[in-house]
Amino acid sequence: MTWRSPLALVRDALRGQRAREKDLRNLVSNLPYEGLEKRKQPNRYFPGNAIKTTKYTLLFFIPMNLFEQFHRLANIYFVGLAILNFVPVVNAFEPEIALIPICVIMCLTALKDAWEDFRRYQSDRKLNNTPCFIYSRKAKKFIERRWKDVRVGDFVKVICNEIVPADLLLLHTSDPNGVCHIETSNLDGETNLKQRRVMSGVCISDPDFEPESFNSLVVCEKPNNNLNHFKVLCVSIKCKDHMDSPKREKPDKEKVGAGIESLLLRGCTVRNTDHAVGFVVYAGHETKSMLNNNGPRYKRSKLERKLNKDVIFCVILLFFMCLNGALGHFLWLQALPTVPPYLVPDSNGHLDSPGLSSFYMFFTMIILLQVLIPISLYVSIELVKIGQIFFITNDIDLYDEATDSRIQCKALNITEDLGQIEYIFSDKTGTLTENKMVFRRCSIMGTEYPHKENAVRLAVLEESEAEENVLFNKRPQPVKPRWSLDTEDTNFEDRQHQHGSHRKSKVAGNAQSNVAFSSPLVNGFSHSLQSNNPMDPLSNMPKKSGYFSNIFTSWQRKPNRNRTISEDSVVEGDIFNLPEIMEEPGDINGLRRCSLYAPTNSDKPATTSDNLSYEAESPDEAALVYAAKAYGFTLLARTPDSVTVRLPSGEDLVFEVLDTLTFDSFRKRMSILVRDPITKKYVLYTKGADYAIMELLGTPYAENLRGIQKKIAADTQHHLDCYAKDGLRTLCFTKKVVSDKEYKSWFVNRQRALAAIENREQLVMDTAVQLETNLCLLGATGIEDRLQESVPDTIMALREAGIQVWVLTGDKLETAVNIGYACRLLEDEDLVINMSCKNKLTCTSIVDCALQEVRRYNEDPRNVDTTPDISLVIDGLTLNMALSSDLQDRFVELAKHCRSVLCCRVTPLQKSSVVKVVREKLKVMTLAVGDGANDVNMIQAADIGIGISGQEGMQAVMASDFAISRFKHLKKLLLVHGHWCYTRLANMIIYFFYKNVAYVNLLFWYQFFCGFSGTTMIDYWLMIFFNLFFTSAPPIMFGIMDRDISAEILLGVPELYRTGQGEGEYKFSTFWVNMLDAFYQSLACFFIPYLAYQGSDIDIFSFGTPLNTISLFTILLHLSIEIKAWTAVHLIIIGGSVVLYFVVTLAYSAVCVTCNPPSNPYWILPRQMADPMFYLLCLITTVVALLPRYTFHVLRNSIAPSPLVQAKHLDQLDPSTRSEYIKEWRSFRGGGQVKSSRLSTPPSPTLETPVGMYPQSPTVSDIMGDEFTLNVISENYQRHLHL
Amino acid sequence: MMASSYNAKEEDGHHSGASSHGAAGAVKSKKPDNTAFKQQRLPAWQPILTAGTVLPAFFVIGLIFIPIGIGLFVSSNNIKEFQIDYTGVDISSPCYSCAKNFSWNSTTPCVCYVPFTLNQSFESNVFMYYGLSNFYQNHRRYVKSRDDSQLNGDRSALTNPSKECEPYRTSDGLPIAPCGAIANSLFNDTLELYHIDSNGTSNPIPLAKKGIAWWTDKHVKFRNPGGNNNLSVAFHGTNKPVNWRNPVYELDPSDPENNGFINEDFIVWMRTAALPTFRKLYRIIQKKPNTTPTLPSGKYLLTITYNYPVLSFDGRKRMILSTISWMGGKNPFLGIAYITVGSICFFLGVVLLIIHHKYDTRNNSADIPN
Repeated sequence: MTWRSPLALVRDALRGQRAREKDLRNLVSNLPYEGLEKRKQPNRYFPGNAIKTTKYTLLFFIPMNLFEQFHRLANIYFVGLAILNFVPVVNAFEPEIALIPICVIMCLTALKDAWEDFRRYQSDRKLNNTPCFIYSRKAKKFIERRWKDVRVGDFVKVICNEIVPADLLLLHTSDPNGVCHIETSNLDGETNLKQRRVMSGVCISDPDFEPESFNSLVVCEKPNNNLNHFKVLCVSIKCKDHMDSPKREKPDKEKVGAGIESLLLRGCTVRNTDHAVGFVVYAGHETKSMLNNNGPRYKRSKLERKLNKDVIFCVILLFFMCLNGALGHFLWLQALPTVPPYLVPDSNGHLDSPGLSSFYMFFTMIILLQVLIPISLYVSIELVKIGQIFFITNDIDLYDEATDSRIQCKALNITEDLGQIEYIFSDKTGTLTENKMVFRRCSIMGTEYPHKENAVRLAVLEESEAEENVLFNKRPQPVKPRWSLDTEDTNFEDRQHQHGSHRKSKVAGNAQSNVAFSSPLVNGFSHSLQSNNPMDPLSNMPKKSGYFSNIFTSWQRKPNRNRTISEDSVVEGDIFNLPEIMEEPGDINGLRRCSLYAPTNSDKPATTSDNLSYEAESPDEAALVYAAKAYGFTLLARTPDSVTVRLPSGEDLVFEVLDTLTFDSFRKRMSILVRDPITKKYVLYTKGADYAIMELLGTPYAENLRGIQKKIAADTQHHLDCYAKDGLRTLCFTKKVVSDKEYKSWFVNRQRALAAIENREQLVMDTAVQLETNLCLLGATGIEDRLQESVPDTIMALREAGIQVWVLTGDKLETAVNIGYACRLLEDEDLVINMSCKNKLTCTSIVDCALQEVRRYNEDPRNVDTTPDISLVIDGLTLNMALSSDLQDRFVELAKHCRSVLCCRVTPLQKSSVVKVVREKLKVMTLAVGDGANDVNMIQAADIGIGISGQEGMQAVMASDFAISRFKHLKKLLLVHGHWCYTRLANMIIYFFYKNVAYVNLLFWYQFFCGFSGTTMIDYWLMIFFNLFFTSAPPIMFGIMDRDISAEILLGVPELYRTGQGEGEYKFSTFWVNMLDAFYQSLACFFIPYLAYQGSDIDIFSFGTPLNTISLFTILLHLSIEIKAWTAVHLIIIGGSVVLYFVVTLAYSAVCVTCNPPSNPYWILPRQMADPMFYLLCLITTVVALLPRYTFHVLRNSIAPSPLVQAKHLDQLDPSTRSEYIKEWRSFRGGGQVKSSRLSTPPSPTLETPVGMYPQSPTVSDIMGDEFTLNVISENYQRHLHL
Repeated sequence: MMASSYNAKEEDGHHSGASSHGAAGAVKSKKPDNTAFKQQRLPAWQPILTAGTVLPAFFVIGLIFIPIGIGLFVSSNNIKEFQIDYTGVDISSPCYSCAKNFSWNSTTPCVCYVPFTLNQSFESNVFMYYGLSNFYQNHRRYVKSRDDSQLNGDRSALTNPSKECEPYRTSDGLPIAPCGAIANSLFNDTLELYHIDSNGTSNPIPLAKKGIAWWTDKHVKFRNPGGNNNLSVAFHGTNKPVNWRNPVYELDPSDPENNGFINEDFIVWMRTAALPTFRKLYRIIQKKPNTTPTLPSGKYLLTITYNYPVLSFDGRKRMILSTISWMGGKNPFLGIAYITVGSICFFLGVVLLIIHHKYDTRNNSADIPN
């Protein structure tokens, strides 16, 4: 490298800085510059692909780590004290010795940090040295290099199943369609495949990609961490190869835009694609995955916040004790008549005045009594939490076989918060429910069809497939009268309905394709029908019904279908089969997005349909595709531009997909624009939430159908409501035929929007809204999302544990309420307050009324000892108003009285604001649990966020503090581990405070007998060891392993959880009571030996040694009183501590003759141990010190046993009697029996029960209107209070 | 049961593909080990402190402590102890004038005579102590003001004592041996004891000055520099402590083996007392081989060479004669404490018995309130 002037270097650095910070970056290919020195490289300003995630470097580890550690206030405090010790006038100990504790602690921490950093370094190195292929101009081919060699502007080839080394702009793939599949599980945990498309219009799509021909300037935005957003613009300077390019005439200024769909993110894995070539736009730390890679979250637990408060009290206490010492010293000096021989002047023979020396004494006392602020507490807490997490993650009950996953603890320092939760905010879908969708029923053109025997159907289908096909083949298109024969009592009208529904369903299917890229709307069958239909549906109908009935006959022998069917509708058999079938085509379309996994999609669409496995972005879509398949409409292939569907007749229909209007949370719907293969018309299918669809229904094209359409809409709405009541998830489907002209003009807009670099999302969305008008309603589907196992049981247990459970869901009110009942969040005998209103005024009055009502209810003497069985159901709109600043307080007050709250139709933002409001207003511990991206806000807002790794990707898990796989795990996590962690840690912290105070006070009392001169009667080494080694292991073990009550009891009697809520065991008073006890014990430990040795010839260390030994025994035995369960580990550690103490002290006092100059421990302990007085003293002092605590425990446990103690009694019974007791006791509690008996047979969220209620359900007006109902629903009647 | 009701529906969940493709059989299961330790099911003893369970403990403590206490009390009472304060605060006191006229510089020692009567005879070995009150030997800077290496015979420390000894480290440019405030303030009264028999003659009582220090101190911790031969040579180049009349190698003119740092009086003094009121062993009066008591009751005379000033800090000086038992000197406290604690435990045991009858039976019904 040539020499360059410093000025040039600076200039270059500045330019690089500017280049990196510009909003838009201009990148060009590196190939023309290959082999040139660095400063000629155009992309030299951008960082390379090597990554470094280590915090430290080898050279600077010590200073940097020290700097990090001194961010901790406690460390500064202790170092400050150690430094203070170097000031001769105030030092209490040998200055060097005073450094030992802080050094030990900081070394331990540094070792831990170094180890962690080393691991990061190793993984970095491994990553940086991963091989990859970079194009070299010299070699004219891709040559193997390492990841760290990748630079911005390179061309990188990624082979199938390889990991992408940097963010690549996809330019070429082996796929003729220019598609590349990637799996992003490394980034977000989603295992489904995502499609990426070659950047279109860049002139290099010929089969053999020549990187050297790439001459475009790539303009991209500044690196950011948004994984779902990217904007790039390619400016082609010349485009020699692309002969077809329409703009060949002016080749030097062609702009092409692209987005995230052309970006391969670092860390993704390429799948199903032989190879892909991309242009590196971001490398190394600028890649999106690295920018997303934030460190672990740090949360402060509630206990820790309280602890810090108590540390401050300790500081105050320390201050007063030191003040006392200084004052005492002053008075003592004042009282001396002259200078006594024991007062040692300084080296000049000069004595400080009493005032000055007592001022110095103040600082000496601080050094002497510093242990009052527990230095090792913070380190011990960290160790304890590591141990607790070890046990939590190793709990076999929290392991899920199906996904082979344990619970993950992402936040390491809030385990004890699990034991204090008062409010749980839960998502519904995927959290309470499986998020595995099962298609249940549908409504087509206003007619309702159930789909009960899905599974059976499937089975039967397989057997009878052959037959079926035959049938189909027999009647390809012609109208057949056969249906009339087969169907026993269908009437014409019904059939008509069916017909309509057919279409709808298909349409619906289309609409469903929510999927990001892929949503082809192929409705082979339906299409054909539709094409004919618009004007005269009847003509087609006969045909179809014919088919179906035939099919039907062949399949149909379902015993129990009559239950499910809504009675008013069509003939059982027919209806059954027919509607389903119809739907499927539509569904298939929906499925589209599912990139077929099993067959390496694309080329061979015609593989056997039986073993197709679909991967869908949303489980609803998968459910629909599978349902369609069950009826013979099989989705065979889905490419970006087409959808292939096999009809039951065996023929394959290929729909051309013109565009997909992707789902967004604002529109709440998605659409797909296809060209019908038969009619060649442009058809737009839309699917979405009912309220998002219903308002877009336009006047249908055929005037004469208007009335029918209207009726259809009303009927469908009715069905939707019924579905929702059953807890089904609903989707509406519509269809719209777009004329050529309309399409053309829209297409121009669309292209413009897609190419825009500014404001693109908004423009794209606008175009979508433009097209989605005047839709024609086809129908709706109801998809069941089953409750996860043990959900009602878990919710009951949590509720008994004194936790309020709120469910926040985006679903409809009825769906939510139904799920509420199903999972026993709501009980039949509950008072349910429904809040749903449209304006602020009503909302205010409703809140007021409800509040009054609730208060009255609570004051009612009959309800005194029952928990308020009031539940609140509120919708998103009302919630918004209720959370406005003026109503907030009243709403929270109201909610506080409610046993459970259900919020429906809430947005992710509302979820988090609800959590925040409750958390701040009620000052309670909150826990949020969810599984989807929409729960992330809520998870982060709560004190504890729990992610459920379910079907919807990993965003929730990534944001969470703990990740579980099933909702039911929450029960053990909270009731058992939460309780344990909390009691363990709380008791350990209290014990730590006690221990330090009790020990340090010995020194304090001694000051009264040494003229407050700061003398220690214990050798300082032994003092250090006392805290560092002799008494540190037992409390840590106590914090990790103590088990006050067995898991079985904690699970069996959830009420025990309440002991941890609110103040819990770590109360302010607990702290002070323990402080008092510590004072008492130290008094006993000091004054009994004092009185025994008073006036004798005892020397300082001979006096201190029994004191030290006694406090060791007292402190350990105190812990023994607190330990609730003794295992071998406890015995070993406590026994070991005692042995260690004696061995170390004996060895020290036998070996050390003059090694520790001012103090002289030589032969003191051996001599003491030869003296019977020593043992007698140890015995009586320990007994006296612990007698009050022991007696207090005994008396409290005998006279007023806490629930925990009673539970311990239960614990000692043998298992069978124990479960007997629990059962008996449960039934004892009011209403408990009813509840528990129901526990065994939970109401299933299937249609069975609710079906019968369809007719009398309150319907739209009740829900939509500004009405406030207080429903007291008891077993047999409903009372509506209209206020 | 619930699970089964859902399982029934499991059948129509048609897409099992989603869950199966990821879990290849070869991957090691993450299932935690089902061991008692990891599942926190180690066999444990879970004591519950209730009246019923701890009753025996209280009675046992009571039953053990009371006899111990009585034993201690009795043996403490059997110890004979006699103290006499010879500070000379009162004008009537024989040492008044010595106390008043004290100065460190006076060359002629002041001697005073304190007669006393023993009402009981002392049978076994009698330990003679001097006691000081209000003398804070445990003052932090005083305690540190010594050099153990020097006392251990380290020659370099002898000529260059530790800084801790300041301001008693050097005098007149020479290092002080032994240095430091403790040595400097060595107790230097001389006590002699005479028995006055019935006919008025006073017989000196032999006082043994060997064996009053700890064996380990005398033989391990304290050593003269360069062995014990010719101490004046060994200590050449050092100065005596400011307050001392004689250098360290002339502490005991009568016994050359008892000079230098291994002088037992010096060793005893150097073992700093824990409390401001303390006694230190001065001499031992060995029991005579025949059956006569060591100190028969009768009149005695204590002769004090009064060298040590204590009035400057309101101190007191005492001479103590005491026999000792297995538990050391006379101290009734421990015996009383044992008896008291034992009684309290016994009493608590009775209280708990009542409580047990009243409450503990109820626990069997194990009702857990909310």
